[in-house]
Amino acid sequence: MSVAVRILDDGAWLSVNDERQVSVSELWRLNAPEFCQCEQTDFLAEGFLSARSSGRTVTVETYGQCIACGSSGTVGHVPVGEIIHGEFYGYDREGDVLTPVA
Amino acid sequence: MPTDVERWKSEVYGNEIREHLYRFAETGWGSIPDDERDEWFERFKWWGLYHQRNGQESYFMMRIGTPNGVLEPGQTKVIADVANKYATGPVENPEFGNAYVDWTTRQSIQLHWIKLEDIPDIFETLEANGLSTQQACGDSWRNIVGNPMAGKAPEFVDALPVIHELNDRFKGNDDHSNLPRKWKVSVTGSADGSGQGDINDLALEPAYKQINRKEVRGFNIRVGGGLARNEPRLARDIDVFVEPSEAADVAAGISALFREHGDRENRYNARIKFLVDEWGPEKLRRVLQEEFVDFELKSAGTDLRDEYTYNAGGEHGDLIGVHEQRDGKYYLGLNVLVGRMGADDTAELARLADTYGSGSVRVTQRQNVIIADVPESKLDALLAEDLLEHYSPNPHPFMRGSVACTGTEFCSLSIVETKNRQVRFARWLKENVALPDGVEEFHIHLSGCTASCAQPQIADISLRGMKTRKNGEAVEALDIGLGGGLGENPQFASWVGQRVPVDEVPGAVKNLLATFEDHRDGNETFREFIARHDEEELEAFIEPEETSYEDPFMHNTKLTWYPYAEDDSMDASPAPAHPDGTPIASDD
Ligand code: HEM
Ligand code: SF4
Ligand SMILES: [Zn+2]
Repeated sequence: MSVAVRILDDGAWLSVNDERQVSVSELWRLNAPEFCQCEQTDFLAEGFLSARSSGRTVTVETYGQCIACGSSGTVGHVPVGEIIHGEFYGYDREGDVLTPVA
Repeated sequence: MPTDVERWKSEVYGNEIREHLYRFAETGWGSIPDDERDEWFERFKWWGLYHQRNGQESYFMMRIGTPNGVLEPGQTKVIADVANKYATGPVENPEFGNAYVDWTTRQSIQLHWIKLEDIPDIFETLEANGLSTQQACGDSWRNIVGNPMAGKAPEFVDALPVIHELNDRFKGNDDHSNLPRKWKVSVTGSADGSGQGDINDLALEPAYKQINRKEVRGFNIRVGGGLARNEPRLARDIDVFVEPSEAADVAAGISALFREHGDRENRYNARIKFLVDEWGPEKLRRVLQEEFVDFELKSAGTDLRDEYTYNAGGEHGDLIGVHEQRDGKYYLGLNVLVGRMGADDTAELARLADTYGSGSVRVTQRQNVIIADVPESKLDALLAEDLLEHYSPNPHPFMRGSVACTGTEFCSLSIVETKNRQVRFARWLKENVALPDGVEEFHIHLSGCTASCAQPQIADISLRGMKTRKNGEAVEALDIGLGGGLGENPQFASWVGQRVPVDEVPGAVKNLLATFEDHRDGNETFREFIARHDEEELEAFIEPEETSYEDPFMHNTKLTWYPYAEDDSMDASPAPAHPDGTPIASDD
């Protein structure tokens, strides 16, 4: 089944099959040593640039800021959830540590 | 590869969206196919409808474009009636109640909680009264801005006829209805910078030129201003002068140039400011001349930019208060704190405009309103009206200077709550902070994110939404910027304070003003004071502090369905909802 993933409203949110799934303004804990020096990046998602689903994982290319150290910019593609049988299941993005991919 | 949005636009866009809107309105939310929601909501923007944020599905923000902020006699009452009848949500706003009107920084009007089913009735009411939502959002010519008193206040060259000509020509014009991105235009005739041309995609600013040994008045053209996305740009001089009669043809050429050469592959790079970055003004002028206009462009005339005062005080300043028109009548500018006015107050405003003036009301780029055409003999009686106690012609500087965007209340992009917070900031500052001598205007603008709808980068104090941790808890925060302002030497703020918890921002403002007072050189203005310090010194001026100010919206308001609901959790949202407010079951 084909799944439509896209970013809308100037980077405000991720749509999966025409439903809003993830919005900017979330705080994520990232394992992103290339983004900043913090042991764990305390990341405010300010805007989404693009989205893709590779296999079952959905990632969003995100820019924002580490609110601990102030580093800002694009952090790469952050995995935010999975598609299983055509349905989106979001990760526990407040609890999990997410690892951005290139 | 074109983006999804470009693909949708190439299929259906512009005027034809309306028939689909009407079709969906007949049976409501459920009639939009599940797998077509994204594309229809994207298209609806062209007709001024913006789907509200998550948790508020099926409700729309509706924007009504009023060219140059001019409401003709009778129109203000229509807005009030539409707001009262249709702009009511499931929960009240604690400051503003239910049913209110937002006067915006681009001289438009925004209503919220609009339901799909009501749209045909609303359109018909608006249009029967000369009002429209056409192209109020979306990728085309937006509402044209300028000095709202054009035609009435002193002007070097008459802007209003040009604004009307552009509006008539480019609204609903199929050649210009599908641009790569929004297209914001400012046309100003007065020599005070009040049209804020510098921050628009296309700016026409007053100028004069010797043509056949005669001095001709018209406009110089600048292109590529804008504030959004952390990439603020001042519009750039492309060395073109137009006489008023040529303005529309040259504007058509520039709009067509943008249509053909703007970036449709990447929406983040699509605004013309980026094309001007890439090409430079000389190439833009050359391509415009060679491909998009069929007469010889004139080189720029002499501008009046050294007379620009706006945002730095000046004769008519921010247009608040009583000022004389050129016909000997008066206009009265009223302060609307953060631009929001209850529908009943809006009806009362309409009554005052009818009773004391011509009925015309004007909207300013500082989110305020003006009653026009008041004869001197009626001024005192108007000034004694009750409505003016709340919407003052002589407001305290902190009330007068407050501008705030939509924020987490309705907006998808937002990071923090804005309007109610700015109301509380202004009240606290008024009670607790004395302004140094002679400071009568002091602008504090709060935007909920970097899109900069509240134009923070051109205020005395710039605030924009952020987050931080306080005692381990995530809380809403603001970056603080200094040094911004338009006028003769326009400048954007530098962001010298980072992630200040919202409850410490009023304290930071208080301390900053105390520093100003202590180190002020004679009578210098706040802006001059800031300008003579470097960034490092400015950083040291930001001293956040907890005070008696309390902030009820510290928590992550974006995670709520509506920040002011008693049960604000996402699960408590009634949306999507039927027109009567009851939830639509997912298997409906
Ligand atoms: C639901 C509410 C709103 C949303 C979702 C929204 C969205 C946006 C976005 C995405 C941008 C930046 C992107 C771009 O430059 O195209 C922007 C910028 C801006 N918007 Fe809004 N906006 C909202 C409300 C308003 C209001 C009420 C006004 C006043 C009419 C306004 C005026 C502006 C201005 C002046 C800018 C920045 C200047 C510029 O770059 O041109 N917006 N808005
Ligand atoms: S500045 Fe950001 S938060 Fe405020 S209305 Fe604009 S897009 Fe929304
Ligand atoms: Zn960090």
